Amino acid sequence: MTRGEKYNLKMGLLFVSPWIIGFLVFTVYTVGASFFYSFCDYDVLSKPVFIGLTNYTDMASDSVFWKALYNTLIFAFFAIPLGLVSSICVAILLNMPVSGRPVFRTIFFLPSLVPLVATSMIWLWIFNGKFGLLNYFLNMAGLPGPEWLTNEHYTKPALVLTVVWGIGNSVVIYLAALQEVPVQLYESADIDGAGFLRKILHITLPSISPVIYFNLVMGIIGCLQVFAQPYIMFGAGTGGPNRSALFYAVYLYENAFTYNQMGYACAMAWILFMIILGLTYMATMLSRKHIHYGE
Amino acid sequence: MSEDRNSKIESFSQYEPILFMAVLVIGIVSAILFLVTKTAVKDERTADGRIVVNYWEKWTGFERDALVEVIDDFNKSQDKIFVKLLTVSTIDQKLLLATAGGTPPDIAGVWVQNVNVFAEKGALTPLNKMLDKKGISRKDYIPVFWDLCERKGFMWALPSTPATVALHWNKKMFRDAGLDPDRPPKSRAELDAMNEKLTIVAIKRGSETARIRYTELTDEEKKQKNFDIVQLGYTPTEPGWWNSMWCYWFDGELWDGDRKITADSKEDVEALKWFKSFGDKYGIQNLRNFGASFGNFSSPQNPFLSEKVAMVIQGVWMYNFIEKYAPQIEWAAAPFPSLGENPKNAFVSIAECDVLVIPKGARRAREAFEFMSYVNSRGPMEKLNMGQRKFSPLAEISPDFVKKHPNKYIQTFIDLAKSPGVRTIPKLPVWNEYNTELSVAYDQAFTGIMSPEEALKNARERVQWKFDKILKRWDLIKEDRTKEWEKENDAW
Repeated sequence: MTRGEKYNLKMGLLFVSPWIIGFLVFTVYTVGASFFYSFCDYDVLSKPVFIGLTNYTDMASDSVFWKALYNTLIFAFFAIPLGLVSSICVAILLNMPVSGRPVFRTIFFLPSLVPLVATSMIWLWIFNGKFGLLNYFLNMAGLPGPEWLTNEHYTKPALVLTVVWGIGNSVVIYLAALQEVPVQLYESADIDGAGFLRKILHITLPSISPVIYFNLVMGIIGCLQVFAQPYIMFGAGTGGPNRSALFYAVYLYENAFTYNQMGYACAMAWILFMIILGLTYMATMLSRKHIHYGE
Repeated sequence: MSEDRNSKIESFSQYEPILFMAVLVIGIVSAILFLVTKTAVKDERTADGRIVVNYWEKWTGFERDALVEVIDDFNKSQDKIFVKLLTVSTIDQKLLLATAGGTPPDIAGVWVQNVNVFAEKGALTPLNKMLDKKGISRKDYIPVFWDLCERKGFMWALPSTPATVALHWNKKMFRDAGLDPDRPPKSRAELDAMNEKLTIVAIKRGSETARIRYTELTDEEKKQKNFDIVQLGYTPTEPGWWNSMWCYWFDGELWDGDRKITADSKEDVEALKWFKSFGDKYGIQNLRNFGASFGNFSSPQNPFLSEKVAMVIQGVWMYNFIEKYAPQIEWAAAPFPSLGENPKNAFVSIAECDVLVIPKGARRAREAFEFMSYVNSRGPMEKLNMGQRKFSPLAEISPDFVKKHPNKYIQTFIDLAKSPGVRTIPKLPVWNEYNTELSVAYDQAFTGIMSPEEALKNARERVQWKFDKILKRWDLIKEDRTKEWEKENDAW
């Protein structure tokens, strides 16, 4: 390394040092501390006591932990694909040259601007079994409206609906990607006589595949960590009828701040991290052949 | 010319890192200084040299106003201490974190259920010695409220505003149903019979929908349950806040007072069966549909305030909500009858209490206690509780306290607190978990997912598992912790 390079390195490090310090103190330290506490009996107030793998083995025999994990995975299993498909469809529609396009785009983006607490409160009323708007429309269509919030079979579908409603952010990302798709490809396809569906399948989707992959990964992370909606709509603790809406992050929060079992909560956080890591890795492996970076 | 300029830039860039470092160091140092001077707990004093006692309290609105009056009186009476009030939401969690972080307030107002957990985890200061010095003892209080503040031989708190729960009923609805409006139910059988008379349903008979009382339904209609509930006499699901303690009405217990959780004892199962019987009788779906029409508790759409439910179990605070949202309703309050066979007492009530605590690490503990004992003297205590429309937890009250009280049933609540039928939350370090598990079990049994026996067995097993873990740790640290508490107590 020449003197100049060394100098540049020093300067570079110096200039990024506020971030490095912040990263070390607020990220590396906290992540490290949570890893340490996951092997401790720690209630925030008393000194942590090292108990080895007990928190992890306790988790294996904690039926509520499994229920929360099951609820979260089932929720993610429906919410992720539904979110992906609906946001791509909406983005494709919003990308079409129709009049009033900016208005439609704004309408679809609006829900993601409203605070989660406010939307959750509104959904509580929309899902109300007797006076809810949703059941009102279902009844008008001749369908019996279920008890969305008090019947254990409908709590998760209700939450999936609330999450899918807020797809505005990913729609915007897809819209940006759709605009990057080379027009020549569509023109050549037109000359070859390809129809709308064919163009979508063979040009649009492959061209925006890196963005789909990005949204898939973000969806996995977001859905497995879902907290605000179930916490507000079903409260802490019981997690809705027969614990059908008790999600992983809510149970983790309960352990940390209501039951003061911070060690156990830290262990849960690490397991969640491993699950997300595993699923993201799987998604990467499975989709590797289908992503085109257009180089 | 350009060479000259380049050399100038170079010479400037030589000093740049030093300059940058200097700015960075100055920035960091001043930030630290700012934080230290602003957040470090120093000897905070008022302009006239009085010691400032920081007090965190959860109350807002008129409850806060009542407290502010008491604090103002105290501050006026003092030339050494000044109490500074800060209203804090989710105070239990914030107090816990502030105490863990070493910067707690000097005094805090929490719920009594926090006392057991906080005390065992060493987050509170034991008060015994100071209480002795001030001559404050159990005989000064209605015993149940003093006992709520005690844990493992130490006193951790003093009561501020107490409460008991009682049956509230709507006299007009009683009259309309042909019942004596001045006679509430005195047994389970009476409660059930009155409930049937007070309940109005809408049922399709032929092509018409009839609105009739439950008692007018045919046996077949009762069995089919194809009706909508329009008005209900009583349901334990409203408000459903004490579901985990219904066993008390059957003379049941939640634990043996030592190491054993007894959630599925005979009496506890009996209580859950009674709870479930409402769903079986009126239809779970019907009750759910009816419940979906209720507004928030604190709103005119509250089912009792909107005259949809004729009887509810509620605390002494209910008066405030009636006055605020439905002053026109004709109501009364009386003890809620025991529900078991051959009950030990004619009625049962639950006593709760808001309390004042001195967190561990409070810098002005002595001064905080001075204020605490002031609040716990007769005049200020009555002023605070009159302002909040509750009653005094002290054994002796002023002769005209009850007369002056706006709630004309206040004596009922005081009598309940002194009655042998009064019960409290169990002093368990796992009460939060226990409460959750019982809520789940009640829901599971009510909706028919599990039998009451099975649901309660599951709850017991889960809570016992958690309790055992805490006991195991407690056994290890018991001696050290007790010594530590004794030392802290002696340090007063």
